[in-house]
Amino acid sequence: MSTQTEAAPAMGATVEMTYREAVNAALDDAMAEDPSVILMGEDVDADGGVFKTNAGLPQKYGRERVMATPICENGFTNVALGMSLTGIRPVVEFMFADFMPTAGDAIVNQLPKYRYMSGGQFSVPVTLRVVSGAGGRFGTQHSATGESWFMAQPGMRVAVAGTPAAAYELLRAAIRNNDPVLVHEHKALYARKGPVTRGAIAEIGKAAILREGTDVTILASLMMVERAMAAADELAGHGVSAEVIDLRWVRPLDMETIGASVAKTGRLVIAEEQWHEGGWGATVISNLTRNGQAWKSVPRAVALYYDTLIPYSPPLEDEMIPSAERIVTAARKSVGQIPA
Amino acid sequence: MSERTAGADRRVAWYRQMVEIRHFEDKVQELFMAGLIQGTTHLCQGQEAVPVGAISAMARGDVQTNTYRGHGEALANGMSPETAFAELMGRTSGCSRGVGGSMHLIDASKGNIGSNAIVGAGAPIAVGAAMGFKLRKEPQVALTFFGDGATNIGTFHEALNMASVWKAPVIFIITNNLYGEYSPVRSTTPIDDLARRADPFAMPGVVVDGQDVEAVHSAVSTAVARARAGEGPSLLEMKTYRYRGHSRSDPAKYRPEGELERWKQRDPIELLGAKLAAEGILSADHQAAIKAEIQAEIDRAAERAAQAPYPTLEETRSYVYAD
Repeated sequence: MSTQTEAAPAMGATVEMTYREAVNAALDDAMAEDPSVILMGEDVDADGGVFKTNAGLPQKYGRERVMATPICENGFTNVALGMSLTGIRPVVEFMFADFMPTAGDAIVNQLPKYRYMSGGQFSVPVTLRVVSGAGGRFGTQHSATGESWFMAQPGMRVAVAGTPAAAYELLRAAIRNNDPVLVHEHKALYARKGPVTRGAIAEIGKAAILREGTDVTILASLMMVERAMAAADELAGHGVSAEVIDLRWVRPLDMETIGASVAKTGRLVIAEEQWHEGGWGATVISNLTRNGQAWKSVPRAVALYYDTLIPYSPPLEDEMIPSAERIVTAARKSVGQIPA
Repeated sequence: MSERTAGADRRVAWYRQMVEIRHFEDKVQELFMAGLIQGTTHLCQGQEAVPVGAISAMARGDVQTNTYRGHGEALANGMSPETAFAELMGRTSGCSRGVGGSMHLIDASKGNIGSNAIVGAGAPIAVGAAMGFKLRKEPQVALTFFGDGATNIGTFHEALNMASVWKAPVIFIITNNLYGEYSPVRSTTPIDDLARRADPFAMPGVVVDGQDVEAVHSAVSTAVARARAGEGPSLLEMKTYRYRGHSRSDPAKYRPEGELERWKQRDPIELLGAKLAAEGILSADHQAAIKAEIQAEIDRAAERAAQAPYPTLEETRSYVYAD
């Protein structure tokens, strides 16, 4: 972790840091830049927070701006909404994505509708930081990504961070935005390292092409991004040129970038740590098809298995989460190297 | 300001406001039956002393959240009847540009920062608004109005807990009209005095005669002063009664015979009117004149509101996102 004794890297400098440090840096930079930004949630001030993303922040900004809450997601998310009406820009931490449904009213009925139902009288600059994803041996109620749960209605934007750079840039964009934004972090990625540019702000609704290719488009989010990149390496060994896109935004979906890629490759593999039905992957395929995409082979989805849930048992959990190998297989089927 | 020191002008103003709310609500029912207002309405005839007494204890810059039964709070907060009617008729000149409707009479410019259709949601939002003031070291306070039914939903308890732990400058006001939708409060709630629900959250809980506008004003003023002094939240229970059913054309047949008539004997408008007449401040004739004058204003406001155009889908798109 970065510590308070080190000088912070200058804005604009690109440095290697972990995904966890990138979250910390985004919070730190946003709070330093704007005194109305606060961080709130369960245990956010205790020993760096549950996933150590908040180290140093209580000491630097005080416990009024790094504010521990009681365990009451619906209550404190609505409190954040109220704060945003009187000049505060709250960042709310959800310790696990699985806790979001307890704040269902705040997330479905209040944050996305508050401006609308007043005829545009308010802006609601609330950021929800959500610790998501499986692989941590946390069992079925602490392992959801939940990334598609709230994509079905307008009013709130939903981001998914697949790399340290995305974790930094998406969180900065969310906090700066004057509307509610939900940002998913993946708990299995916190120790991953990558280049991060301090001060960079993500463009809302813009996906990132991480690797260019011509034969097949692999569209991934969260932890699936690194698995898609590993799959692309392996596919190159089989003579398959894969283009990898980090989705970055579930709402709004970047159909322009995705559409241009698939127009080039004619093939698509969705890599998603969620069930395919009712999620962003299915919506992307629907949008492309409705837009007249001519497929060279049927679009494929590598996802959680349809008819079972996320287990605790370590080997089973590993089997449940889509692997690079499954992505490779789907892509090779797509180009006809192996039978479908 | 206490009951004893409230000036004559102020009490007459309260009288006028309560009459305005009463006539507004009666007109809403008429327009609803005529099809000019659609969907649903939740009227507050009989409860007028609560919004009028409480909101007059607010200072400039203070805020309040209220509920789908919020016409009284909106009008007491200074919304013009024409703007409110226009909203109820779905017109672009409504306070929420016609997209909100009866359950969302909102005017942020006057501190009415939310009229919520979800039971209990306004309480934590008000705590948040209050915490915003506190974090920014500003002296304002937040009020939140909700019904007896809301004291059984989780957000009520979560909001009281957070407000007390953080000493948020917020005043929780229960408008206890004895019915949560169609259910008598005692069939859903194991106590009579809901103010007791303050006890586990270590804040003052006060039972107030919600038919007496001066008592309401006095109790809320005390709680506001306490909040503004940094001493934290209070829970006030206003004992009152709604004359009409829960919503729309609900005839309220679930009420025992004679109950409505008993409550009407302590009608908040007539209660204040009798005092003002006895003290020589406002004669019965003057009161009748005020009622006639306000009735005419309400009729004109409804007519003007009905002339306004409906919004277009195009203009409502900008209400979804600020950026």
